[in-house]
Amino acid sequence: MKILVPVKRVVDYNVKVHVKSDGSGIDTAGVKMSMNPFDEIAVEEAVRLKEQGVATEVIVVSLGITACQDVIRAALAMGADRGILIATTETLEPLAVAKLLKALVAREIVRLVMMGKQAIDDDMNATGQMLAGILGWPQGTFASKVAITADTATVTREVDGGLETVALALPAVITTDLRLNEPRYASLPNVMRARKKPIEVISPHELGVEHSPRLTVINVTEPARRAAGIKVKSVQELVERLRNEAKVI
Amino acid sequence: MGQVLVFIEHDGTEIKNQTRNAITAGNKLGDVVAVVAGYNVGHIAKAASVISGVRKVVVADNEVFSFALAEPLADLLVLLAPIYSYIIAASTVIGKSIIPRAAGLLDVQPISDVIGIIDANTFVRPIYAGNANATVRSSDARKLMTVRATSFDPAPPNDSAAPIEVFDIAIANTKSKFVSAEVPKKERPELTAARVIISGGRGLQNGENFRKLIYPIADKLCAAVGASRAAVDAGFAPNDYQVGQTGKIVAPDLYVAIGISGAIQHLAGMKDSKIIVAINKDEDAPIFEIADYGMVGDLFSILPELDRELDHLA
Repeated sequence: MKILVPVKRVVDYNVKVHVKSDGSGIDTAGVKMSMNPFDEIAVEEAVRLKEQGVATEVIVVSLGITACQDVIRAALAMGADRGILIATTETLEPLAVAKLLKALVAREIVRLVMMGKQAIDDDMNATGQMLAGILGWPQGTFASKVAITADTATVTREVDGGLETVALALPAVITTDLRLNEPRYASLPNVMRARKKPIEVISPHELGVEHSPRLTVINVTEPARRAAGIKVKSVQELVERLRNEAKVI
Repeated sequence: MGQVLVFIEHDGTEIKNQTRNAITAGNKLGDVVAVVAGYNVGHIAKAASVISGVRKVVVADNEVFSFALAEPLADLLVLLAPIYSYIIAASTVIGKSIIPRAAGLLDVQPISDVIGIIDANTFVRPIYAGNANATVRSSDARKLMTVRATSFDPAPPNDSAAPIEVFDIAIANTKSKFVSAEVPKKERPELTAARVIISGGRGLQNGENFRKLIYPIADKLCAAVGASRAAVDAGFAPNDYQVGQTGKIVAPDLYVAIGISGAIQHLAGMKDSKIIVAINKDEDAPIFEIADYGMVGDLFSILPELDRELDHLA
């Protein structure tokens, strides 16, 4: 079984982002970019499935500018077999990404798509569900445990207030949550080896997908700041203020 | 103004609180029709019919909806979609699972986690873990969105009941099956519904301290217990206690952060609380920048004292 893992190049999760002064977006000039952390978890899970003999091939795909090859290489260094870059300079919405992935799923004949539950830049949490929908496949979102047999994916999901386990008839889309695994660090020999693994570059047009964006970003602003309050000197003062000033206890 | 379909989330017993906030959001856009899906859910439909702002309830009562699986629920929304301009659910795990799936099927770009409604086509949503807000305009004729409950007031109960209409349709689901659920026993209010939340972080040092020091104070204040991601990752508290961008988004009247330094991702989950109290030994901890009342000191002596002080109040 082939597994497709979409990976997104995003502002590194350790970077404190700044809104551009003209309100047009986030300042990404000179900012460290990395693989979306949830996608890293998806790569790790797919590679483990290959190591267990469940998967035959792990294909990673990224969509965007040439620099997205960096995150594809990072995934190859973790153990993915080959990469595909769907090259575009346009900003793609989840709907467009889902359509392109659907076309790629058909071209590569994959039976499982493993992907991050959301990207930490736009926080949409949508692409996996949309892809599953348009493929007519079941979805296992917010996965914290995955077991794959020949025709079934058993997925334990992090739901509000606990865990839920569902059985999905393959083919399926699984989106990964934080606790699914801890992604490995690629060893230097594996990083070197990854340089020789193939990355194919194709255009959205070659996949037969034409898409115009549905959302226009009017502006991006910093959220209202909350002003710091006061420091209290004692527990008595704290309780007194909560009771008589804030009136919350 | 168009017709608005609001998905009513429930656990078989009662309607999820966040749904009431979603109804308020829906009312800003048009006349709200509530859709209740489940198996033997007549009582849920009835409960939905007496929420203020609900004009009509559509109930799809069928075994296929038993466990709120995303596949049949999204199919149901797609079938209902043609007469609605908006389809809305609260930003819960279920809402986030079904709305994008239905949107894909309807060829719509969904809008996730709406925190503000500017006009019929323009919405505000957080990006970058709440470090920025994006105002976006949708050109889709039909709009699907999840809304963040803490940004909208809950719709109050109504004296009169809206009419209930049965939507009798056969939807098959051969793709997914519910296997089991693990719901830890809850002795305290749910995080997303609590008026007061006591949260612990890495400063508690271990799970035993967490239980010994946080729980009694929470119980005295009838509070829910939360935790930072650091505390959850260290195993001090279960994952469903997690408050933050990757956990639950909360906005109680009182949020007490104990031994939590205030990582960006934690602040994203609680910064809309009415009153924030921070107790931390590091006076430079970022949590103090947003706390209404901060106390610098050793939580291992402050918490027992706070516990005793709360006894005096009772």
